[in-house]
Amino acid sequence: MKNYFKYIAVLALGIVSCEPELENSVEDGNLYSNGSADFSNYVALGNSLTAGYADGALYITGQQNSYPNILASKFALTQETNDFTQPLVNDNVGGLLLGGNQIAEPRFVLGGESLATARPARYNGTPTTEVTANLNGSFSNMGVPGAKSFHLLAQGYGNVAGVATGAANPYFARFASSESATVLGDALAQDPTFFTLWIGNNDVLGYATSGGAGVYQENNTDFTTYGPNDITDANAFAFVYNSLVSELAGEDGAGAEGVLINIPNVTDIPFFNVVPANPIPLDAATAGALNAQFGAYNTAILPGLVQAGLITEAEANSRKITFAEGSQNFVTIVDEDLTDISGVLQQAPFNLDAQTAGLLAQLRQATPSDLIPLTSSSFIGTTVNNNPMLVNGVSVPLGDQHVLTSSEQELVAGVTAQYNAAISAIADQYSLGLVDANSLLGLIGGDGGTVYQGVQISSAFVSGGAFSLDGVHLTPRGYAVIANEIVNEINATYGADVPAVDVGSYGTVTLNNNVQ
Amino acid sequence: MKRLFLLGLVLLATATTYAGGYRVSLQGQRGLAMGHTGVAVVNNAELAFFNPAGLVFLENKINVAVGASAVFSDVVWQNEEFGQMARTDSPVGTPFYAYFSYKLSEKFTLGLAAYTPYGSSVAWEKDWEGSHLVNDIELAAIYVQALASYKITDNLSVGAGPIYVSGSVNFNRNLNRTLTDLEGNRSNVTIDASGVSAFGWSAGAMWRPIDSLTIGVNYRSEILVEAEDGDADFENVPNSPLTSFNDTTFDATLPLPAELTVGASYQLNDKWLFAFDYNRTFWSAYESLDVDFADPSIPDSSNPRQYEDSSIYRFGLQYAANQTFVLRAGYYFDESPVQSGYFAPETPRNDSNNFTGGLTVNVTDKVAIDASFLYSRFEEIDESYDYYTEPNPRTGASERVPFEGTYKTSAFIPGLGVTIKI
Repeated sequence: MKNYFKYIAVLALGIVSCEPELENSVEDGNLYSNGSADFSNYVALGNSLTAGYADGALYITGQQNSYPNILASKFALTQETNDFTQPLVNDNVGGLLLGGNQIAEPRFVLGGESLATARPARYNGTPTTEVTANLNGSFSNMGVPGAKSFHLLAQGYGNVAGVATGAANPYFARFASSESATVLGDALAQDPTFFTLWIGNNDVLGYATSGGAGVYQENNTDFTTYGPNDITDANAFAFVYNSLVSELAGEDGAGAEGVLINIPNVTDIPFFNVVPANPIPLDAATAGALNAQFGAYNTAILPGLVQAGLITEAEANSRKITFAEGSQNFVTIVDEDLTDISGVLQQAPFNLDAQTAGLLAQLRQATPSDLIPLTSSSFIGTTVNNNPMLVNGVSVPLGDQHVLTSSEQELVAGVTAQYNAAISAIADQYSLGLVDANSLLGLIGGDGGTVYQGVQISSAFVSGGAFSLDGVHLTPRGYAVIANEIVNEINATYGADVPAVDVGSYGTVTLNNNVQ
Repeated sequence: MKRLFLLGLVLLATATTYAGGYRVSLQGQRGLAMGHTGVAVVNNAELAFFNPAGLVFLENKINVAVGASAVFSDVVWQNEEFGQMARTDSPVGTPFYAYFSYKLSEKFTLGLAAYTPYGSSVAWEKDWEGSHLVNDIELAAIYVQALASYKITDNLSVGAGPIYVSGSVNFNRNLNRTLTDLEGNRSNVTIDASGVSAFGWSAGAMWRPIDSLTIGVNYRSEILVEAEDGDADFENVPNSPLTSFNDTTFDATLPLPAELTVGASYQLNDKWLFAFDYNRTFWSAYESLDVDFADPSIPDSSNPRQYEDSSIYRFGLQYAANQTFVLRAGYYFDESPVQSGYFAPETPRNDSNNFTGGLTVNVTDKVAIDASFLYSRFEEIDESYDYYTEPNPRTGASERVPFEGTYKTSAFIPGLGVTIKI
């Protein structure tokens, strides 16, 4: 009988190794094809969107769901590929330390006791990612949060000594190969056979999210003179972009194949669509008092200025301030495009004091076409020096940084269109793939969003599924959509058969009640 | 013998799927070697399961049959569209049986039986693409039965007895496709219940119109295993009142369906015996797997199954080579109870062709060793489970999210038993 047990045991061992096999297994390498592309050494260049930044921070699970990391896992099904490496941060808290001092805040999470009161807030954790601890290695994902186009060519952008002064980038400092390294140089040093490039968003985004607090550096090609909120000159952008692509894809460069991703309209992001221009609730008494306060301005000063020929009738109408009982009063703002009337108002016949004249200098009430940044929601309605008569957005107009006016929007949209024209031309010139993220996010940002792969996604804040809790960067699901669009473009451009990305299996926002 | 018995005890811990649904057709090595026929075969104490009416036709006063099988069964799944693939790494299942009969008189025999006709053990890779449907499941039901067999005439008998069932279930799955805690760990729930008691019965009749021909019929009743106040353990749930999945208890009912078998055997000569069985398993009892959580803030879980009654066609052949060796072979076609669109990965079974073989070695006049093997051949199948739903983020309405892919199952099951006749 002992022998029978032995027999069974031997038989059993033979069977354990006899696993079910499919005729066409996704793992045996014949099912998919890389076409004419070579994914063996894929390098991704870009900014925060490429890094997997989300919820106002860089954290591990965000990086793991970056679109380049998703793509790399699909590429590996078509051919032998190198491991795709990423400069992972230290935790899922987010935020950065520089010499032990916090220089970037933890991530946003969705806190709140009920759906009605749910709100994004900074996670109550301590960042542990130290910028000065260089990772000493080369990384396939060269996405650097905060980078503008020209930063990819900037020497010293990863020099840790420059981080404190703003001369260098803390994220690149973590993995730059040397103090003088450039992002592009570190990418080229890896001999990429395939690349993706998504850069230029920050060249307009800083201006937009600051409510147009910067300037358009038209015809200025000296990037060292640019402020963080300035818009990069469109011709300078095209020059920089061409330099990048020429080094990556050109015959004298790495000669790699790749896909370029263009720049979405900043106005499609929830950051500008959460706070309405008319968020002020007023009761009848307060509305009446405010109207009395602005009565002389509306009925005497403005017509007077028109009569004097200082402003047009149309401008006078746009500057009228009226409030009503209800929850939908428009905020008051300072609009730099209006005629500055502070000097006139201090003279006869108005003879206003300097403070009041200053208040009315470029005052108007917002209209539905003005966009209020998400970050202003906590500012509107606060009082100045605890004076209940001085309410920000009501009796005290919001400053320029709290409103992206329609003329500022037009500027951003115009420059974005110029950037995208350049990207499109360069994609043609180098026969590269081009993903139209601008149209894609337009679709998601449109009324009610869109259904993608059977999944309902929109740019609705918190609930839309595409955008993370900072209102600017994407969720894993949003990044998965980008990855899938890149797959589609690769398949079309290079005759490849790369499997699609299962968008619905990627998550959206993270709930947590341990908030600051 | 003692060793086998101990082995049986150790193996009690698990019982595993192979056969349509979560039916485990491994209730006797002699029967199994002949395509799991036996409703009309008078061979040994395995009759306690196959047809208790036949016990009274056994020649010896005391008959014992014990045995166990080792189930090596795994499933591979892939989705070509997305390049996804997953395999099960299921523990080796060990269904067992132990039968005993005692002849009180020429006309009357009593019996005892313990066996495991239902069970499932499937373990997918943790957090695989279908983890919102199942990560792993361990389902076991041990039947214990007392039997009486009575000879009405020399060629007609009946037998029956009550069944006591002790069932257990342990089932883990992720709460949905995406929910995680802050660290990215998938939120999941384990429901666990054991020692769940239930009762049923079986009855059979056997007719031997001529010496060489035996005809049998057997029916085993449906048994509802009703788990009450089992443990529901939620893990990696986000720290947020918005997802209030706190540990609680649950109620759930799993039907162990009724089964009707009719069959015949024909003794061609001293050496050759042919057998045919037809099984009808009344799987339509399994409409939905509903888990009712005690905590009212946790939504109950409804998982439509809509199984259909299914048939199995079994053919067996026995050749008595000499005094010492008896050889057996068989085939059966096992029809899956799972309808298209209800193909859930916790019991991923399609139709199968099954090939069996085995032998008995008569060690002494009283003791024999029975060995068998079973190879189940499943075709690759493209299937989906279409009844998982998630709320539309915009409208809140439930929307179906089908889980699709290509499945391939393999199963190889060696078994060993002992027959004693005194």
